[in-house]
Amino acid sequence: MKRKLNNLFLMVLPLIMLAQGVYATTPEEQGLSIAREMDKRDEGFKDSRAELIMTLKNKRGDESIRRIRTRTLEVIGDGDKSLTIFDHPADVKGTAFLSYTHAKQADDQWLYLPALKRVKRISSSNKSGPFMGSEFAYEDLASQEVDKYTYRFIREEKIDHRDSLVIERYPVYENSGYTRQIVWVDKEHYYPVKIEFYDRKNSLLKTLVFSSYHQHLNKFWRAHIMNVVNHQTGKSTRLEWNNYHFQTGLTEKDFDQNSLKRTR
Amino acid sequence: MHLGLPGAPGLIALICAAVASSIAYGDWRGNISAEHRFFPEQSLFPEQYNSYTSVAIEPEYRRQWQDGKNLFTFLPFARLDNHDKERSHNDIRELSYISALDGYEWRVGIRKVFWGVAESRHLIDIINQTDLVEDPDEEDKLGQPMVNLAIIRDWGTIDIFVLPYFRERTFPGNAGRLRTPYAIDEDYPLFESDQEQRHIDGALRWSHNLGDWDLGLAYFSGTNREPILIADPAGSPALVPFYGLISQVSLDIQATKGAWLWKLEALQRKESSSQFEAAVGGLEYSFYGLLGSPMDLGIITEYLYDNRPNGTVFDDDVMVGLRLALNDTQSTELLAGMISDRNDDTRMLTLEASRRIGGHWKLELIARKFDSTALTNSLYWLRQDDYIQFTLGYYF
Repeated sequence: MKRKLNNLFLMVLPLIMLAQGVYATTPEEQGLSIAREMDKRDEGFKDSRAELIMTLKNKRGDESIRRIRTRTLEVIGDGDKSLTIFDHPADVKGTAFLSYTHAKQADDQWLYLPALKRVKRISSSNKSGPFMGSEFAYEDLASQEVDKYTYRFIREEKIDHRDSLVIERYPVYENSGYTRQIVWVDKEHYYPVKIEFYDRKNSLLKTLVFSSYHQHLNKFWRAHIMNVVNHQTGKSTRLEWNNYHFQTGLTEKDFDQNSLKRTR
Repeated sequence: MHLGLPGAPGLIALICAAVASSIAYGDWRGNISAEHRFFPEQSLFPEQYNSYTSVAIEPEYRRQWQDGKNLFTFLPFARLDNHDKERSHNDIRELSYISALDGYEWRVGIRKVFWGVAESRHLIDIINQTDLVEDPDEEDKLGQPMVNLAIIRDWGTIDIFVLPYFRERTFPGNAGRLRTPYAIDEDYPLFESDQEQRHIDGALRWSHNLGDWDLGLAYFSGTNREPILIADPAGSPALVPFYGLISQVSLDIQATKGAWLWKLEALQRKESSSQFEAAVGGLEYSFYGLLGSPMDLGIITEYLYDNRPNGTVFDDDVMVGLRLALNDTQSTELLAGMISDRNDDTRMLTLEASRRIGGHWKLELIARKFDSTALTNSLYWLRQDDYIQFTLGYYF
């Protein structure tokens, strides 16, 4: 039986090699080119603003709400800059978070504490930590640069009656909370539809599902609902994005410490 | 001192009326809190109490125009204490207008400005006077009238401050705890300048971020925010604050290297007849995702040095601390720290904890312990003043 399998494998192998020769790509190269295409399709948004309602749910179904506003500046050739303003819970109202993400180095992050009027430079080594007590880690919400992962194409698959490309990606960042992520990419629009996150022990940690995609400025697709379920704790978090605006005229100056202190 | 404001109850009524009438106009936020302080040990002086209850209100009104480029802020504060009449006080923390132009910002009015990076002591933070009666940690500040021009360039930000009016430090009253052995007579302060509170102070600061490094360099010239307490020249058994004229250069640096934060604040201050140096510096290291949990644990250690001729608590001290963030839905946090003098056996221990309840409430706990047997250390006078404080705040 075993011998037979080996024989079969030997027969099929040249066919696989032939197929690869035709496309001139390995699964790694295919995965990378899918990631590049995703990045390319989102290029040129310049800046965006949005409002976010975050609903945290524990195992028993108790809910708590966070309200946030975000401003993002596209930086070509490096990670984006972003400013996050907290509106709820009321005790953190006025707190703001400034982040310069980088593809390869550590991000630069500052937190503005309104009670002390203090801008505090904080470590960005906590990327795997929970964002505001939610099931989203900082690294899940940061700008997704191509260089942050290595990739491998797995297969094509239908998901919700739509064709998708399934890729696996491996974080380059050594302190990432994940060994790998499996991403379902919409084959037509190249946006993520679903992501499975595997923890440091390589067991399934959580599943993120993107839905209610809308196209902005006839180009940029944004999911207005993002739902993540933690399979290990039973907790979940739902993000609802509203009032998306693109190319609103934000500049570098809107993402420095002076504007961080002025942010309301 | 009180800027001609009505008393605390009047101010609260005024604020409530203002909140009610203009709630739909601009943006209101803030908090109302009830606080209880308990001192388990017998007081040093018979006029002091073992427990104090107070309420405070701190609403904030904001209005902005042109996408936040122009901004008006009004932030009054008032506290009512059941025993200490000096702790019952009110203040305008902010009444300011900010206008951001291309490469410049004008910030005019009563404001609060923070400088510094260290955790154990805010050494170089000099623009605002300390509202000491609020908390002995010196983190609460009185509103400072100012004209501040910020010039924002690629090579950093230059801040120019003109500070036309001086605010005197607040101190606990006779019935209050955490005070000096003799009462402080705040009604007769002494100033080195003939212009007293109207002496115009000034400051200049350059700050910049270079990758991992955050840098600040500053110069201040004017009335010292830290008074020297002297025997009343009029002969009463009280202390009076003396506010000298100083000039000071200061430096603050933070290097953020992965999970390590390296911090340094240093200054040199010239007084009329002397000069001294002081510094606080150290590091903070954080363990993120402690033992596979969502919790973060930070370890802080700082060294404090100060050679001022009149002495200070922080002359040659070491601080160690732990910061624990549970990263739970209620944002539960804990900070424990100890500052010990390297020469006498004086120690100050602090525990701070906070936890949110629902979407609008927050419970805070502060406990402080002063261990001192050294007569020469000014903490000696707080040796019976260990306390536990609970605060329940409603945020809106």
